[in-house]
Amino acid sequence: MAKSNPHKTEKSLSNIGYTTPVAEHPSLDEVYEDTPFSEAFWTYLNYVLLNIFGWFRDLLRDARIENRKGSAENNPSGFVPLYQSYESFYTRNVYQRIADCFNRPIGSVPGGTLDLVERITEDYNWSFNFTGNKIKSINLGSYNYLGFADNSGQTADNVINSIKTGGIAVASTTQEFGTLTQHRKLESLLAEFLGTEDAITFGMGFATNALNIPSLVGKGCLILSDELNHTSLVLGSRLSSAVIKVYKHNDMNHLERLLRESIVSGQPRTHRPWRKILIIVEGVYSMEGSLCKLPELIELKKKYKAFLYLDEAHSIGAMGSRGRGVVDYWKCDVNDVDILMGTFTKSFAAAGGYIAGKKELIDHIRVTSHATAYATSMSPPVVEQIISVLNLLLDANEEHEGRQRITQLAWNTRYFRQRLRKMGFIVYGHPHSPVVPALLYSPSKIAAFNREMLKRGVAVVTVGFPATPLVLGRVRFCLSASHTKEMLDEVLKHAEEVGDLLNMRKSKLNPKRPFHETES
Amino acid sequence: MGSSMTRGDIENLATDFYGLLESFKHAPLYHISFEIFLVLAVIWLVVFRKPRPIEKKLTEKEKQDLIDEWQPEPLVPSVDPNHPALNVRVLDGIVGKTVEIDGKKSLNFATFNFLNFVGNQRIADKAIQAVQKYGVGSCGPRGFYGTIDIHLELEERLARFFQCEEGIIYSYGFSTIASIIPAYSKRNDILFVDEGVHYAIQKGVEASRSHVKWFRHNDINDLERLLAEQEVLDKKIPKKARSIRRFLIIEGLYVNYGDICPLPRMVELKYKYKYRIFMDESVSFGTIGQAGRGVTEYYGIDRQKIDLISSTLEYAAGSIGGFAVGSSFVVDHQRLSAQGYCFSASLPPLLAAAAIEALNIMEEDNTLLFETIMEKSKRLHKKLLSIKGYIISGDEISPLKHIRLTHAFNTIGRLEEIVQFAQTRDITITVARYLNDEHLLPEPSIRLILNVEMTDEELEFLCAVLQEALVKVTT
Repeated sequence: MAKSNPHKTEKSLSNIGYTTPVAEHPSLDEVYEDTPFSEAFWTYLNYVLLNIFGWFRDLLRDARIENRKGSAENNPSGFVPLYQSYESFYTRNVYQRIADCFNRPIGSVPGGTLDLVERITEDYNWSFNFTGNKIKSINLGSYNYLGFADNSGQTADNVINSIKTGGIAVASTTQEFGTLTQHRKLESLLAEFLGTEDAITFGMGFATNALNIPSLVGKGCLILSDELNHTSLVLGSRLSSAVIKVYKHNDMNHLERLLRESIVSGQPRTHRPWRKILIIVEGVYSMEGSLCKLPELIELKKKYKAFLYLDEAHSIGAMGSRGRGVVDYWKCDVNDVDILMGTFTKSFAAAGGYIAGKKELIDHIRVTSHATAYATSMSPPVVEQIISVLNLLLDANEEHEGRQRITQLAWNTRYFRQRLRKMGFIVYGHPHSPVVPALLYSPSKIAAFNREMLKRGVAVVTVGFPATPLVLGRVRFCLSASHTKEMLDEVLKHAEEVGDLLNMRKSKLNPKRPFHETES
Repeated sequence: MGSSMTRGDIENLATDFYGLLESFKHAPLYHISFEIFLVLAVIWLVVFRKPRPIEKKLTEKEKQDLIDEWQPEPLVPSVDPNHPALNVRVLDGIVGKTVEIDGKKSLNFATFNFLNFVGNQRIADKAIQAVQKYGVGSCGPRGFYGTIDIHLELEERLARFFQCEEGIIYSYGFSTIASIIPAYSKRNDILFVDEGVHYAIQKGVEASRSHVKWFRHNDINDLERLLAEQEVLDKKIPKKARSIRRFLIIEGLYVNYGDICPLPRMVELKYKYKYRIFMDESVSFGTIGQAGRGVTEYYGIDRQKIDLISSTLEYAAGSIGGFAVGSSFVVDHQRLSAQGYCFSASLPPLLAAAAIEALNIMEEDNTLLFETIMEKSKRLHKKLLSIKGYIISGDEISPLKHIRLTHAFNTIGRLEEIVQFAQTRDITITVARYLNDEHLLPEPSIRLILNVEMTDEELEFLCAVLQEALVKVTT
């Protein structure tokens, strides 16, 4: 990785100045280091202790020796309890201890830096009070990959104009009177951006999956879904009443075996042939940071005549030399992917989702989707934000904002990942994905890392069970084009300190080195 | 090594054999009979039992043939290009009380803009301020830095408006009730659901995997019958029945029918049969009740008795999103278990700011706005009843009414003709659109929605146009 001197250009965006060219062909090595034995041991011990304490405290609460915090039901007796007591065991005894690490309110634009609203708790996270202060911190938690979350500038002006001329909402469904000329403009721009024939947009990314998969597959169809697919994909698959089979994450051999076995044996019990087979994958998996293996998937899909559904929630805008997602990154033909889906929440700093593909597909969705028939259409200012961002990204000029941001994000990704790994952290995921998970393993480290980094002015996201496997708690850095090299360096320095405090830097593949030695 | 048997060996053998026979004589009877039985069984198995045919595994070639022969259906079936969903009107500008179509302004009775907040200047100003402070998107789910202080303010304001303990907001109206129901009701629980609920509730019920018992629309006797039957079943399995939760899922004012649910009797039955009530007040929020608090205010029922009230910000409030209010004990559970809340990005701040301003306007006016809309709904109802040839369904104070032609005539084709004729006279109305897989597909109808700022003359004009259209269609 060549060291590049920062040279300030005359552009108004002062943090964009790195024009090191980005490697054209992707490298294929994703490395998942094995869990060190000592980490696994201490993590399990941690959980056992938490369980013992939890059981003991529940005993005290039942015997009324300890006050039952949290709200209690005020309905008269005779009713079946609303919640199973063991469901909330984990919430009461494990989650509640570290609840101050989640649901943190912010009071500003979720850009490269943000203002956290400070809150303190006097009863160990059961309730919070706001002090009125704001903590300025570097933001590594928001999904702001291209840095378009901004409250000033050209896009914001366009949005404000749109509110003045178009109102905030339309209050009607897409099939009735909810379609504005702006929606049509967005759809055609989006189709041009992605290189497909047509596109359709919806007001919520989660609902795009949950409400449209049922109109594509139904009874008698087979869905082959990756292990780590997002909840919205799982919900959509379940609502469609198709048969679902899960294959190991990114394991193409397992997928091929499943395909062969399924086609040969047909539907369960009746053995009739399947009506359709749909393979559902994501572009970038948000907890692992891994990329899907698109060329191999396309090959498999063509060989076995299946259909491919690609969910690019995290990868649209963030991957690829032109920002067009994993299809652009792997240099595949966009017509080979049958259904392209994505969201506008991450790289476009707006809200909503889309589906793109051939015209017959989009027409079918327009007619049968649950969302077009019953849900109100997208809000005009949000549409305007996406249109402005798309115009910037479609601009092929390398000097202009769109391309600059894409390049900046790619540079940030490679720089940050490389130095983090060299410092000895165990990092998962593809070397080019802007989602960077570093392993923490135990639940107490999850809380400690979060709080220590916040003390030093860095806001990070740490996750544990049940979003990740039991032993593999992690911190997930989300890089953005609005982070400068100085900000990343600061984060890395703090991470080094905290990593030493928590004894995290135990990678065997990259034995730990201090920060200043990891340059280049 | 030779194996010739010596004389001593033969003698030993004979002794052993003799010893065996002797032991038989001394063995008890049951022992001998058991041994004989075993021997007979072995003989039977070997001689008489037919071997089970073993299924031959498919050869690799056969498998490959099956794979090669398999042909999937096309991804999507062909679609009629004349379907109305593919030929929607594309509008421009603010779709408020009037909407501009083909260059002319027409009165809008088609969008859910009850309180005419779409295009309201105060709300637009507040939204612009929010953009200047927060930008457009919130860039994250609620758990990971997507909670903005304006969301917390909106939740608090909604709870205060409804005089409940806590509120929670969602970023999409459809997903609100569709995520709430599965968060509480699981596989073993029982849901008593009105047949006429709207599609989002049906999807929520489906996603929950619970036992569903549908009762006839607004028929309280049918509901009692089902509850009594369930009670009889419960008595047979008392232990299991103590862990089965029961919920009643209803709407305050039904979108598909325009009538109000018989809430008082349902609350009485709640305490008799021990179920919980989840009420969806999408249409009745901001339109029914002295202060717009919905059906509970209309009937004068204590809101604490309803376990959860869910609604949408997309109709009366003129923004986007949905919310639920209730006691903290009930609402807080959704923050960790409702999928549409935990796994989805939060509402853009400008839309939350718009909703807060809408609440401000509703609270300022206190009763005038809502008295007006209820009054106008009653007047419209009377005027519509006076047109012969239409069947009006909906309560008289409901701002949403369904209009149908008399039975034999009532087809979608004729209703579309009426709609097109009305458009030529600058009245915008719409045929209600449904998907075919609704649980109980309502009959075709025109859905009329009253905007609170419509004047009396405009309502008269609407009725006159409807009358003319009727004449045109039936001749």
